[in-house]
Amino acid sequence: MAVKTVRQAISDALWEEMERDERVFIMGEEVGVWGGTYAVTKGFYDHFGEKRVRDTPIAEAAIIGGAIGAAMVGLRPIAEMMTINFAFSAMEHIVNEAPKLRYMFGGQFTIPMVIRAVGGGGRQLGATHSQTPDAIFAHFPGLVVVAPGTPADAKGLLKSAIRSDDPVMFIEHATLYQARGEVPDGEHLVPIGKSTVQRAGQHVTIVTYSKMLQLSMQAADELAKEGISAEIVDLRTLRPLDMEPVIESFKKTNRAVVVEEGWRSYGVGAEVAARLYEEAFDYADAPIQRVAQTEVPLPYNRELEQMALPQVADIIKAVKEVL
Amino acid sequence: MKKKEYLDLYYQMVLIRRVEERAAELYQQGKIGGFLHLYIGQEAVSTGLISARLPQDRVITAYRDHGVALNCGLSAGGVIAEMLGKATGVSKGKGGSMHMADASKNFWGGHAIVGAHLPLAAGMALADQYTGSDGVTICMFGDGATNIGYFHEGVNLSKVWDLPVLWVCENNQYGMGTAVERASAVSEIRQKAEGYGIPNLRTDGMDVLNVRKVAAEALEHIRSGKGPFFLELVTYRYRGHSMGDPERYRASDEIKEWQENDPIGIYHKFLTENKHASPADLDKIDAQVEAEVIAAVEFAETSPDPAPEELFTHVYAQEGSYGR
Repeated sequence: MAVKTVRQAISDALWEEMERDERVFIMGEEVGVWGGTYAVTKGFYDHFGEKRVRDTPIAEAAIIGGAIGAAMVGLRPIAEMMTINFAFSAMEHIVNEAPKLRYMFGGQFTIPMVIRAVGGGGRQLGATHSQTPDAIFAHFPGLVVVAPGTPADAKGLLKSAIRSDDPVMFIEHATLYQARGEVPDGEHLVPIGKSTVQRAGQHVTIVTYSKMLQLSMQAADELAKEGISAEIVDLRTLRPLDMEPVIESFKKTNRAVVVEEGWRSYGVGAEVAARLYEEAFDYADAPIQRVAQTEVPLPYNRELEQMALPQVADIIKAVKEVL
Repeated sequence: MKKKEYLDLYYQMVLIRRVEERAAELYQQGKIGGFLHLYIGQEAVSTGLISARLPQDRVITAYRDHGVALNCGLSAGGVIAEMLGKATGVSKGKGGSMHMADASKNFWGGHAIVGAHLPLAAGMALADQYTGSDGVTICMFGDGATNIGYFHEGVNLSKVWDLPVLWVCENNQYGMGTAVERASAVSEIRQKAEGYGIPNLRTDGMDVLNVRKVAAEALEHIRSGKGPFFLELVTYRYRGHSMGDPERYRASDEIKEWQENDPIGIYHKFLTENKHASPADLDKIDAQVEAEVIAAVEFAETSPDPAPEELFTHVYAQEGSYGR
C-alpha cells in the first residue's frame, strides 16, 4: 500500500491502461502539450506521443462524437471534458448517441469508451463552472456513471471503466484531487456497479458518494464523539445503482440520510430514498433525510457559495433529525 | 466499365425506387410506424457513390437511409422488415426506418439527429488513421445538416487532423420545408468546406455515372493521404420530407421539372442509346426487381415480432456483469 492523492491515482490508472493496451488513447482540450488543466495527464504527451494523447479544438461535440465513432470501430478512447459543465455542449452525444447506439441497432455496435469529466463546486468559479449535475447523466439507460470518492476507488474504477465495453461517464471532483488515501500496489481493479460500506456503524446509515463521502466521514467522526455510530455506504456507481448494501444497512439501522453535492430536486437522494421506501418501507423508524445543494445557481462570493453547498454541520443536523 | 457493372447500377436504383414505393404503401396501410423518409429522386447519389467504394470504406448516413442500406448490400427483406419492426429486420426491429445498419457490410447507420453523426464519422476516420488502415469513411448528410454546430465541429476536426473522410452533402434543396437559401448563409454548400481549407466539388447528383466518377476521384485523393474531401451533390427528392409532409413550400411544377431529369430515366436512356444495354435487358431487370420486392415484403410481413425479452437486451454490452 502507498498513500496517494486522487490525482495521482487517476493518472496512474490512465498510464497503466495505456501501457497495457495500444487501442487506448486520450483526446480532449489541453490534455497533451499542456499536460491537462488539472495536471492529471502531465508527462503523457512526452511518453506516449501526439498520436495517443490528442489535443483537440474546443469542440465538445467533436470530442465525444469522435470518441464514439472511434470506439464503434474498435479503439478504446478516453474522452476528456475539461469540466463537466462543458459536457452540456456535447449532451447530444453523451446521452443521445453513446447510450443508444447498441440498443437501437440490435446489439451490432459496442461503444467501449470513457468520458472523464471533473465537476463540483467550492472553488469560486461562478454558476456556470461549479455544477454537480451527476444525476442528469445517471438518468439515461445505456450509460454507465461512476463517481469515486477515494484514491483507491478512483484508480480501480477508472481501470475497470477503461476495460469496460460500455460507455462510461467517469465523474471526478475538482476539490478531491488533493485528497489522500491508501492505494493497493500492483494491479488494482474495482468492479463497476458495486456500492460498498466505507465505515461500519449501528445507529444510522449515511448514503453518499464522491466528495460528499469525505464530508460524511468527518461528520461520522464528530458524531462518534457524541456516542452516535454512523454507517457510511458509498454508492461509487450511480448507474447501474447497487442498492443491496444500502438496504442491508438500512434494515439494521432503520434510519437513513442521503448526502449529495448536487441539487436536491430530482437528485440522487430522491432516487435512493424512493428505493428505500419501495423496498424496505417497514424498516423505517424515521423519515429519510436528504442533504443537498441549496436550490440556487452557485454564487461567486466565497461565503455565499459555502452557504449553498452541503457542509459537515448539515450532515450532523440531518443525522440528529432521524435519530 | 463492363456491361454487368452498368446493369448493376440500374438494378440498384430501380430496387431503391420500388422498395420506397412499397414502403409508402405499407406506411399508408398503417404497417410502418413513426417517421418514414423516402429516397425517391435521390437514387443516383447513393448508388453512384457507394459503387465507387472499396470494401474497407465505411459508410455512415442520416435518417434517409433505406437506399444507402440497399446500396451497401443489405437485403430488401431485412430493410423492409426493419420498417415493419420485425425480429428479422436489419436492426432486429429495435431501430426502425431511420436506424438501419449492418457492420458486417461496413454500413454504420442510419442516424436520426440532424448532423450528429458527422463527429462520429470523424472518429471512425481517426480509427483508420490510427491503425494505419487505408479505409475511407464516407459520411452522407443533407443540406440542412450543414447549418448545425456538429457539422462545423466534425468538418473542422477532419481538416485539423487530416482524417480520411469523404464528406458528402446531398443537396436536395430543402431542409424539411425550408429552402437552402432561406437557411444557409451560402447556397453553394461547398463554400463551407472551402472555408475550412478542404478540397471540394459541387456537381450533378442526378447522373449516376457522374457521381460514381467524382466519388472515385475523391476517394483516391483521400486514400493517397491528402486528408478529407468534400462533395456537394445536387439532387432532388420527389416526395415530401417524410410521409407527413403537407408540401406547402414548393410548387408541383418544380417537382415535374426535376422529374424530367429523373436519375433512373436518364440512365435508362443513356444505356440504351449508347448500346450498353438493350431495352430487353432493362425490362428483365425491372421484372427481377418487381419479384424481389414482392418476396421481400412477403418475408417482412410474415416475419415474427421481436420476442418480449428483446425489450431488455442490448442495453449494455456487459449486461449482468455489473455488480448486483
